[in-house]
Amino acid sequence: MNPLTEALQISKLIKVVPRSRNLEALLLFFAAGLNAFEIAQIQLSILEKITTDLFTYWFPPIAFAFVLHLILRRRASEADPLILPIAVALNGLGIAMIYRLDLASIASGGAELFAVRQVMWTALAMAIAAIVISFVPSQLFLRRYVYVSMAVGIALLLLPLVPFIGTTINGATLWISFFGVTFQPGEIAKIALIIFFAGYLVNRKDSLAVVGRKILGVRIPRGRELGPILVIWLASIGVLVLQRDLGTSILYFGLFLVMIYVATGRAFYAGIGVAMLITGGLVASRVLDYVSRRFDSWLNPFDQENYDAVGGSYQIVQGIFGMANGGLFGTGLGGGVPQLVPLAESDFIISSLAEELGLIGFFAILALYFLLVARGLKVGFRHNDEFAKLMAVGFAFVIALQVFVVIGGVTRILPLTGLTTPLLAAGGSSLLANWIIIAMLLRLSDSAADRQAEVSIR
Amino acid sequence: MTKELRRVSLVVAAMFMSLFLAGTLLQAVDTEALANDPRNVRNIYESYKTQRGPILVDGKPIAESIAVDSAYRYLRTYDNEVYSGVTGYFSVFRGATGIESAANSYLSGQSSSQFFEQVNAVLSGNPITGAAVELTLDPSLQQAAWDALGDYRGALIAIDPVTGNILAMVSKPGFNVNRIAGHNSEKVSEKYVELESDPANPLINKTIGGDLYHPGSVFKLVVAAAALESGEYNNASTFPNPVSVQLPGSTSEVFNSSRNTCGSDSTVTLSYALRYSCNVPFVELGLALGQDRLRAQAELFGFGKEIRVPMLATPSVFPEEMDDAQLGLSSFGQFDVRVSPLQMALISSAIANGGLMMQPNLIESVISPNLSVISSPQPEVLAQPITAATADALKKMMVQSVSKGVASNASVYGVKVAGKTGTAENGDNERVTLWFTGFAPSINPKVAIALVVEDGGGRDSGASGNGTAAPVARSFFKAVFGQ
Repeated sequence: MNPLTEALQISKLIKVVPRSRNLEALLLFFAAGLNAFEIAQIQLSILEKITTDLFTYWFPPIAFAFVLHLILRRRASEADPLILPIAVALNGLGIAMIYRLDLASIASGGAELFAVRQVMWTALAMAIAAIVISFVPSQLFLRRYVYVSMAVGIALLLLPLVPFIGTTINGATLWISFFGVTFQPGEIAKIALIIFFAGYLVNRKDSLAVVGRKILGVRIPRGRELGPILVIWLASIGVLVLQRDLGTSILYFGLFLVMIYVATGRAFYAGIGVAMLITGGLVASRVLDYVSRRFDSWLNPFDQENYDAVGGSYQIVQGIFGMANGGLFGTGLGGGVPQLVPLAESDFIISSLAEELGLIGFFAILALYFLLVARGLKVGFRHNDEFAKLMAVGFAFVIALQVFVVIGGVTRILPLTGLTTPLLAAGGSSLLANWIIIAMLLRLSDSAADRQAEVSIR
Repeated sequence: MTKELRRVSLVVAAMFMSLFLAGTLLQAVDTEALANDPRNVRNIYESYKTQRGPILVDGKPIAESIAVDSAYRYLRTYDNEVYSGVTGYFSVFRGATGIESAANSYLSGQSSSQFFEQVNAVLSGNPITGAAVELTLDPSLQQAAWDALGDYRGALIAIDPVTGNILAMVSKPGFNVNRIAGHNSEKVSEKYVELESDPANPLINKTIGGDLYHPGSVFKLVVAAAALESGEYNNASTFPNPVSVQLPGSTSEVFNSSRNTCGSDSTVTLSYALRYSCNVPFVELGLALGQDRLRAQAELFGFGKEIRVPMLATPSVFPEEMDDAQLGLSSFGQFDVRVSPLQMALISSAIANGGLMMQPNLIESVISPNLSVISSPQPEVLAQPITAATADALKKMMVQSVSKGVASNASVYGVKVAGKTGTAENGDNERVTLWFTGFAPSINPKVAIALVVEDGGGRDSGASGNGTAAPVARSFFKAVFGQ
């Protein structure tokens, strides 16, 4: 038999038996059961009965998750089997907590409810993830749109500054609003920029890695190779000054640093980047009033003056009280009072969860994120295509960095910033962006496995 | 790229490790300290799971928890604004004050004396019910005190001098506690902000807390007590009687409120000076005694001490390290001398009770849900600040103060009332603080009181202790003696 046809047949055989997909289905059942259990516990604890709302908040995301699973079976059968169940488990846990906070809000006469909107956004986000998986056949398709991505990314970033549609919430100008729906275009810009960075760095990595003179034992790239990093640094400072958002600024810059380091292998970039980040942060804390207040609330949150100040440390202190109240084992879902913390359903959802699920639950959530990031990085290790590698690193690291910045802010490792906890926090734009990232990681993991199969057969 | 990827993976691992550590610190190490921070209201939430015990006056609830169909299960309801200063509030959003806070362990069922009920609750799965707290207040006197103060801002406290039981405790203006105990966070917040920013301070129990007051002339009781206790003076001791006295080391002069001499003689007796509340002789007396003896006497009466009724009263203040001019001013209750109405009532009660000052107390008994008495505080001597002889001498002067002196408006037909008024200045262009403290009847006293009227009784000028505060005392005493 012709060796080529043989190889094709074997590879077809592998596709016929998608063992990873069966594992994924099993884990999805587990995530679905866990999620149903969470909502049921909340209802029993707060309402003391199970109502049909359980179905409303549980079923749609699970149904969409299985649709995604079926699409993966056909279109990306070798995709990583852990990524989807982890994303579903986190997203469902987030909905459960948001629903629980809605119940507390109803009890004290509040009217602004988030859980239904979160379920709708989840469904929309998963549908778009399904479209991405179906219509992006591989990374090669994206490679054609590297510079388009750049233009789209920059346009999305600048959109909130456009008069009439730009909206400022809690002091940060990150939103646009139309017909009463607010949206954070920066979340989508993140994805476009990762595609752009990856494409740009693959094209230019050799010239960027060229070593110039050696000064004090460190090889310094030539002056003009510093251009890109300077541009990104200035853009991040621009976000900080014009849109007044420390978190987004750190996110873009940190992301670019990691990607340029991985692409060029030059530790110099990481060194100078961290130096620039710290310089920028220190200068900003002196010059920009809102940054200096953030720093003060971070270092002395229990100080009564900071506690009482508008935009001071009240929120972070209440969040810390919540986590302390949870202790090791938590109060149980529905047993605590996470609603005392402002923005308990979005920026501070992790303290809400830590209060009710305890340190154990907090660890479990972090472990899920860690596993998700690790699966993303694994794609980076395994993929043969450098563009795909860089994208995978970008997507995995952006999740890790966001988790670190948000949860680090709540637990006082870093100053508090306004990023969202991926997949958990209430917020449509963030859900949409993170599900697209999940879709991209699934797509890349599938092509990584494909390539390896081909290589080993040859 | 693999080497770089590996390093990035290590960085990511380090990031997650630091999050694990930070979470552990908050949730497993600093937990206790964070739980005890006064700004942490989670304990209050916890307590909504049990039915909180009622606060009773004469067997009738003035605060009780009613089962409602909401997530909080119980709504705390308050009967009457007359008691708002005593009960304080118990609020999901604002914490607890007053008896609600001071007797919380009983009311919430968490006190150690309810241990077996707690065990039983755990075993049976039924939530524990809090104990009822019965107060010593007399509802008719509480109402009388409330009515007597009328529209004034201020406070009145009445104590049984023999037992120390608090019979009336009124702080004005009061507030509708139900508005703070509600379950709607926005409405509660709105009301709370309104009350908190009210310059009349309705949220504060003015009999024991908040800002203390200048005592003015009621402090002369302490100075006179110090003089009598020294053994160097008696009621008939005489002092020079000029129109004014210059404060040592200063150009300012102190006058009597009449702007004249104290009586027409060249000297004035201690008894006459107290009866007519003359400032000049008391400045002379205070300077002669010196600040150490004055402070020692004040501290014997309870100045600087934390007294619990069981709410913690703000300790009254006699200033330290004064120069002679400041000492002169302090001798008639000005400068930085500050007192609570409770403190003044304790002084009167010690004088009434032959020099023995009883521990002031609001709790009659604590009754568990199964009707057994968990606690019933017995009368306790707090201190003996003066001898029986000094008490008797002071009593005589106070009786005269009412019968033929400047506290005449407190007199009640057929009852011998002992008292002392005060008109304390709070600085230029500030309204005065008006006082009355005393007891009745003078033999076998039933009740010792102190009352304060803030803000000059609403008048910019011309207000006096006898004109404003003494009539309030009179109408209260009338109620006590059934007139």
